[in-house]
Amino acid sequence: MTAYLLKRLIIAALTLVLASMVVFAVMEILPGDPARLMLGLNASADQVEVLRNQMGLNAPLVLRYLHWAGGLLSLDFGRSYTYSVPVIDLVRERVAVSLPLALIALALSTIIAIPVGVFSASRQGRAGDTLTMGAAQLGVAVPNFWFALMLIYLFAVWLRLVPAGGFLGWSAGIWPALKSLILPAVALALPQAAILARVARSALIEVLNEDYIRTARAKGLPYRTVLWRHALRNAMIPVLTILGLQFAFLLAGTIIIENVFYLPGLGRLVFQAITQRDLIVVEGVVMLLVAAVILINLLVDFSYAIVDPRLRGRQ
Amino acid sequence: MTLLEIENLSLTIGATPILKDVDLTIAPGEVVGLVGESGSGKSMTALTIMQLLPHLARAEGRVAFDGIDILAATEDQMCALRGDDIGMVFQEPMTALNPVKTIGEQVAEGIRWHTKASRAEAEDRARKILDRVGLPETKFPLSRYPHELSGGQRQRVVIAIACALKPKLLIADEPTTALDVVLQAQILDLLRDLVRENRMGLLLISHDLAVVTEMADRLTILRRGEVTEAGDTARTLSEQLHPYTRELALASMHVPARPKIHQAGSAKPLLEVEGVSRDYPGRRTSLFRRAPPVRAVDNVSLAIEPAQSVALVGRSGCGKSTLARMILALDRPTAGAIRFRGETVTGKAEAELKPARRDMQVVFQDPYGSFDPRQKVEKLVAEPLHLLEKQPTRTERRDMVAHALQEVGLGPRDMDKYPHEFSGGQRQRLSIARAIITRPKLVVADEPVSALDVSIRAQILDLFAELNQKLGIAYLFITHDLTVARAMGDEVLVMHEGRIVERGKASEVLDHPQSEAAKALVSAAPDLHRAIARRMQEQG
Repeated sequence: MTAYLLKRLIIAALTLVLASMVVFAVMEILPGDPARLMLGLNASADQVEVLRNQMGLNAPLVLRYLHWAGGLLSLDFGRSYTYSVPVIDLVRERVAVSLPLALIALALSTIIAIPVGVFSASRQGRAGDTLTMGAAQLGVAVPNFWFALMLIYLFAVWLRLVPAGGFLGWSAGIWPALKSLILPAVALALPQAAILARVARSALIEVLNEDYIRTARAKGLPYRTVLWRHALRNAMIPVLTILGLQFAFLLAGTIIIENVFYLPGLGRLVFQAITQRDLIVVEGVVMLLVAAVILINLLVDFSYAIVDPRLRGRQ
Repeated sequence: MTLLEIENLSLTIGATPILKDVDLTIAPGEVVGLVGESGSGKSMTALTIMQLLPHLARAEGRVAFDGIDILAATEDQMCALRGDDIGMVFQEPMTALNPVKTIGEQVAEGIRWHTKASRAEAEDRARKILDRVGLPETKFPLSRYPHELSGGQRQRVVIAIACALKPKLLIADEPTTALDVVLQAQILDLLRDLVRENRMGLLLISHDLAVVTEMADRLTILRRGEVTEAGDTARTLSEQLHPYTRELALASMHVPARPKIHQAGSAKPLLEVEGVSRDYPGRRTSLFRRAPPVRAVDNVSLAIEPAQSVALVGRSGCGKSTLARMILALDRPTAGAIRFRGETVTGKAEAELKPARRDMQVVFQDPYGSFDPRQKVEKLVAEPLHLLEKQPTRTERRDMVAHALQEVGLGPRDMDKYPHEFSGGQRQRLSIARAIITRPKLVVADEPVSALDVSIRAQILDLFAELNQKLGIAYLFITHDLTVARAMGDEVLVMHEGRIVERGKASEVLDHPQSEAAKALVSAAPDLHRAIARRMQEQG
């Protein structure tokens, strides 16, 4: 067990290092001189050169990478070119919006997808299955921002249950904050849930044809019990895999959804940073997102070992 | 008083008739054998009694268990019966247990469900029944997972699940088909004891007449969903009144004719294996430590001459298949050398192996798993042709495939079909056609007939014998089935724990085994003649 976990941990760490190199390299290749950008169009070449030296932009590539990567370890992402404040300060309050949003969406999509998948698989080929999978097909096809607009119209404009957008901050109380996150979370979760439900259904159908399901039925257990106790856990491996992979799409989805709901999250920050060529902010946020995706997939790897004793080895 | 009474049972799945007017009775303490070839409806009869039939299945007639009308019973009533009064054991122990639950959970689950016992009580009873089926606590605590057990041990767990609540009727569907003969004998003994202890009725389903004869008081023979003969086991098999019964009995003892007998020492060996060993790295016991390596094959030497047929027999896990893989140069020996046609093959690069591969082909056990279902027969059978020096043109290739198909008893028109259009026996013919298309000198056959029905198996053995006689192909037959070894082997090698412990002429080794391992194999192997004789003697 420990060998398996340690191996996963090392792989995750190496992936993170590799990702940081790629992010850094891409930012190097992109055209645009940060010093010139900060000083504006009218600055002279000398002024730009002085600033370049100050910012350490003239140091050799490897040194600059090590400086940047070393900073990441102590959560020092550098200073924003546009706002001249530490990137970490910009990021900190945005994470407080985006992270809960992503986690709520992830939880919601799981909570919706698994019962739907179980329902569908247990009625394979019958009307209930066809109907739910048709709905799921629609969920996969419809973009999340359209869902978002429909949700705003229904729950905010028409029923007036939740605000249509904006975020007052956690200081305004947990409930009001959650209320403004719930619609975006649902909009993010629905398409993901649709994909996940389809995966859960096909994984379950495969498991339900296994010999051990027949053994469990021959014990006298009712179908429903066999489904939940024997089949579901075996079907979890592909579901977990997709869940881990989806997390990256979920984070990408937040960029659109945060704009639709006018939420001050990481997505909007990175969107603004890109339009303003504030590359150091982009670098920092991208690294954070990469780290989050790697972390979630590491957790998925760990949960494999919980679900499947064969991965644990002999105790 | 009968325990189970089946009268005029007919079953259809969709529009396909599966069973027609089947009658069968079992009394308490009685063992009834249900014999038939694959597709004859044996398993469907069992699943009808359990009411675990697939969707769209419709059963008519009468099935009464202990006074309960099974065909009219509700699902709740059936749940109460299954696992309590009726237990069932399945064919494939490797997949019959849930891989993510401990054996304790899986045995205790049924006990808890039926008796409403507490977890501790149920685990206590699970412990007792596991002890009873031969899985003592010291080596097999309840916390073991299925993947930590061997096939025979897993089948014991399945039997423990089925017998935990002392059922009145146990249905065993090919319970030993996937096990080697020694394990088979142990499992059959266990079933026999459980029948005696609890006066349990046992419905033993098998394609193996010898096994059924050893076990069953009465037997019912099914063919294409209909009962062809039923009655007392010894009488039915000794009189063989029904032609189909005779056909089955003859097929299961079939020895193909091989008029040209191979003379040992007549030629230079085709294949020489010299002091070959194969180690596998031990399991990782902790982060930095591994158990010592496992020696799967231990200092094995053997030689096969042209046109000689050698049978390699042994229990599962004895290293037979590892040895075969090394001979086929699919695995490298840790030590020793393998020479084919006088040339060393060990340690050669893949490109240099091409000529050797051309002359050495393989037939596997599973005719279902060894073909890509999306390719046509022409392409599948032509696969080894890439080993030829000069690549044949498309017409040449079609000619060669047609010729190979003809040699195995199929027609040239079969070339454009897909594998699923063939029966199991025909598919095994296809894999033989694929093996002989390059005109090899040696064919390694790994349990080539153990997945086949007796009559098909007799045909395939005939085909192997014919090809040996006509084309002079030498064989290495790997099998745990001594009747196959006797039928096909000029020489028999007995393998045990990685070593060859006995070798000699087939009849000598099998009739007068010397080593412990060979004796165990011979005495455990079911033999129809012996079993009938014993039955007749018991009944006077």
